[in-house]
Amino acid sequence: MTEPTVQATDSKPFFAAPGLNTVEPVYDFTIPANRPWSRLIRKGEILRIVDLEGCQAVDTLFYNAADTSERYSAQDTILMQASPYVTTGTRLISSQGRSMGVVIADSCGRHDTSAGACSCEANTVRFGHQTRYMHACRENFILEVAKHGMTKRDIVPNINFFMNVPIEPDGKLAIVDGVSHPGDHVDILMTMDVIAVISNCPQINNPCNGFNPTPVQVLVFDTATV
Amino acid sequence: MSLPYQSRASSEAAVSDMIAANRARYDELMVAAADVSPLVLPPPTALDAAPIMPADIRHRETIPGGWYWTKTLRRGEGLRLLNTSATLGVSLFAWNAADTSERYNSADTVKLQWTSELRKGRLLFSDMGRVLFSIVEDTSGAHDTIVGGSTPASNARKYGDPALRSTRENMLLAAGKHGLGARDLAPVMTFFAPVAVAGATAAWRDGAKVRLGEFVDLRAELDLIVAVSNCPHPLAPDAEFAPGPIDAIVFRQPEPAPNDLCRTATPEARRGFDNNELYVQA
Repeated sequence: MTEPTVQATDSKPFFAAPGLNTVEPVYDFTIPANRPWSRLIRKGEILRIVDLEGCQAVDTLFYNAADTSERYSAQDTILMQASPYVTTGTRLISSQGRSMGVVIADSCGRHDTSAGACSCEANTVRFGHQTRYMHACRENFILEVAKHGMTKRDIVPNINFFMNVPIEPDGKLAIVDGVSHPGDHVDILMTMDVIAVISNCPQINNPCNGFNPTPVQVLVFDTATV
Repeated sequence: MSLPYQSRASSEAAVSDMIAANRARYDELMVAAADVSPLVLPPPTALDAAPIMPADIRHRETIPGGWYWTKTLRRGEGLRLLNTSATLGVSLFAWNAADTSERYNSADTVKLQWTSELRKGRLLFSDMGRVLFSIVEDTSGAHDTIVGGSTPASNARKYGDPALRSTRENMLLAAGKHGLGARDLAPVMTFFAPVAVAGATAAWRDGAKVRLGEFVDLRAELDLIVAVSNCPHPLAPDAEFAPGPIDAIVFRQPEPAPNDLCRTATPEARRGFDNNELYVQA
């Protein structure tokens, strides 16, 4: 088994995140392996994503629910933190430079937002033409954003929760073994009404899902009741 | 190489066999990629090398500091971005001219090449597994597509003025001139921006300079709409907003040879160009 080349660092909360009573979410759903999901999440609600079995990449996008032409921007997010990784304290920034949400708790410590989603087409380049007819995150995203009147045109480089992509000083970059354990979770406090869109990544050609995609759980908490 | 399979295996033993087989294939690919960079890629182009013959120039234009420029490029044409003022960053975005839903994809560009160090011999990929641009000449090898370009918010933080010209607004303007808009934008590529990631921090490389006369030559690998924003990189060490001009030169290039560096440097490059070939034949 290949060891990860970089270990995630401990993440330090920048303020005390609310303790969430996990028996009282306003919404609780398990996304099966390989499948897409989306939901409107209100400003002030907390989205928790749980990596139920560990090492499962959760490709995630956010759109302003009032105007979906404003969407998550990986580069604005990286610029704001001066870091290519997402963890506790990371503000998720839109294409209009506004905060869409903030990561208020993270038991994993490092999430990627540079390497984007897999697609049938990119798979042919990465893994060989024989992988064209394999399910991919781009397919999930196209189907899921269509429910909100959007198309491929609206899909941009996303956050990969629980995916480990260290970038080295010489630029070298690879998806390596995940550092998340069963039950690891990330909590995002929304600062805008958003449509959250997830592809529970079906990729089996690299270690982003431990070569074996598994289900993840999404919970929504209302901060008025936590 | 056997066809990978994706359905969930039925027994525990079958699952571990599947995982082992999938992992072995990935490890092979990663080892192969490590052998490529930077050993077989040439050193940066000298500032006085790669002259363009005047007869080959279709268009030459000076882009003032802070401004943008957009043009349709034909497949095979060259675009030189010539840094005539040592300005600290020039951003680029591109769309397939025949279908603008296909466009530059920063994530696929770095992932498919196993590196964010984009230099001579490397490629800029679209979201469709196809090559938009080859980097055929490049004097620095120090560019950035992780952090990207400036925005009104970054100008406000850095210079105290959100109304200064920014790459975000320039890209919106350039897109607008083709009937495109906010939905058609995505992370950009920024040349002449020596930015690196160390630990968990992305920063301008310590003491890194942008020299007068740096250039990058891109070869369009599909018919493209290109947008260029001449605004400093948001992490550039400039205290005042004072971008200098650059020249954009569109020029004819010879047909790529069978052993063309950009088309053959890596297995990923060859497969990307297979996809281009299928597309342009159709």
